[in-house]
Amino acid sequence: MKPPPFTYHDPRSVDDAVALLSEKDNAKLLAGGQSLMPMLNMRFVLPDDVIDINRIEDLSYIRDDGDALVFGGMVRQRDIEFSGLVSQKIPLMKEAILNVGHRQTRTRGTYGGSMSHLDPSAELPTVSMAQDAIVSVRKKGGERDIAMADFPMGYMTPSFDLDEMVTEIRVPIWPEGHGYAFVEFARRHGDYAITSSAVLLDVADGGKITKASITVGGVGPSPLRVTAAEEGLAGETGSADLFTEIAEKCREIDAMEDVYAPAWYRQHLAAVLTRRALAKAYSRAVNGTEMNLR
Amino acid sequence: MSDRRTISVTINGETFEREVETRLTLSDFIRHECLLTGTHVGCEHGVCGACTILLNGQTARSCLMLAVQADGQEIRTVEGIAPNDQELHPLQQAFQDNHGLQCGYCTPGMLTTLLEFLEENPDPTEREVREAISGNLCRCTGYQGIVAAALDAAKRLQAGA
Repeated sequence: MKPPPFTYHDPRSVDDAVALLSEKDNAKLLAGGQSLMPMLNMRFVLPDDVIDINRIEDLSYIRDDGDALVFGGMVRQRDIEFSGLVSQKIPLMKEAILNVGHRQTRTRGTYGGSMSHLDPSAELPTVSMAQDAIVSVRKKGGERDIAMADFPMGYMTPSFDLDEMVTEIRVPIWPEGHGYAFVEFARRHGDYAITSSAVLLDVADGGKITKASITVGGVGPSPLRVTAAEEGLAGETGSADLFTEIAEKCREIDAMEDVYAPAWYRQHLAAVLTRRALAKAYSRAVNGTEMNLR
Repeated sequence: MSDRRTISVTINGETFEREVETRLTLSDFIRHECLLTGTHVGCEHGVCGACTILLNGQTARSCLMLAVQADGQEIRTVEGIAPNDQELHPLQQAFQDNHGLQCGYCTPGMLTTLLEFLEENPDPTEREVREAISGNLCRCTGYQGIVAAALDAAKRLQAGA
């Protein structure tokens, strides 16, 4: 349970970090370390070079760009937890972040690190998928943006190249007063969820849903948008019956299976949690009392 | 050839300068290089919380950091909680009085975690305490006493303030 030998680098700028990345064949970037350090301790990864990006100072901003909040890749999960901007503009992220590990891990864990690790149950990628975030990655001599829909390539595999690093995440803001809910089921508070559901609803005066975003985490190999369910909500007025019917579509998702939970159980949880999240989000949007749903 | 660096870390007010392998974890640095064995190492993958320390005033897992990353930083461990050699901190006293520890393995992590938590939330509910220590495992399953100690400590700290 000790990290294997490696050569350690601690560049002070993104330019230096990506230069190292392009130069070294078997290198790992060390962000908050809350996933990579366990993997090093258990020797699941054996990098020749570890490039620690914690000494790069200008990646820790949260900026309000009007239509989006822009996060530097090294923003700590704890900074998100206590950010007034985040609770005001992206309340879904605020609700979700309290489920990301524990206070002790949020001190170190970063937004960019969570995105790069891309655990199918991780909350920040799930929220990013729900909000249609755009991820900026940089390599030596180039930068590009990846829409969240194209960001996951497979199980724990983002679509950027090995010589690229996440520098920024741009999260579009939904209209003021929108409905939101993040609901998850985990064996212990702070553990990776077995399944989670993130819902965003825009509701017009009179209660008609004008826009819906539904994402489930922990069901597929990466967070998944449930477009079939989203389409069924447009133009409808929210009700317990509608949400129950719509949430049932989550049972049709091709689900993962592992020692913790069979596929049918993840599908079941996805349906139940999405039903609850829909009701909660809708109630919040119409400022009503919470809908009585099991 | 192992990759080595000289680092300087302030722990409980004392500065430790050591040449270390860059792959050394902070928890092993604290225990083996600085000989502060109050910080315990349980799972070494961030699940058990026994190695929790305060990094620049914020709780963090010392097994999930490299010692080189703490170069120039301020750390507080369980040894830095009591005001002096004779007295216990009110939180420690509450642990003793409420049977908040059995084997004592999880205690340093419980104390550091609760120290920060009670500063932020001086009058917590039982549920809030349980959530605060959800990242700390007690293999004796002595949570009842730990939660009672935390609630008692909150009262003592408020009375003392």
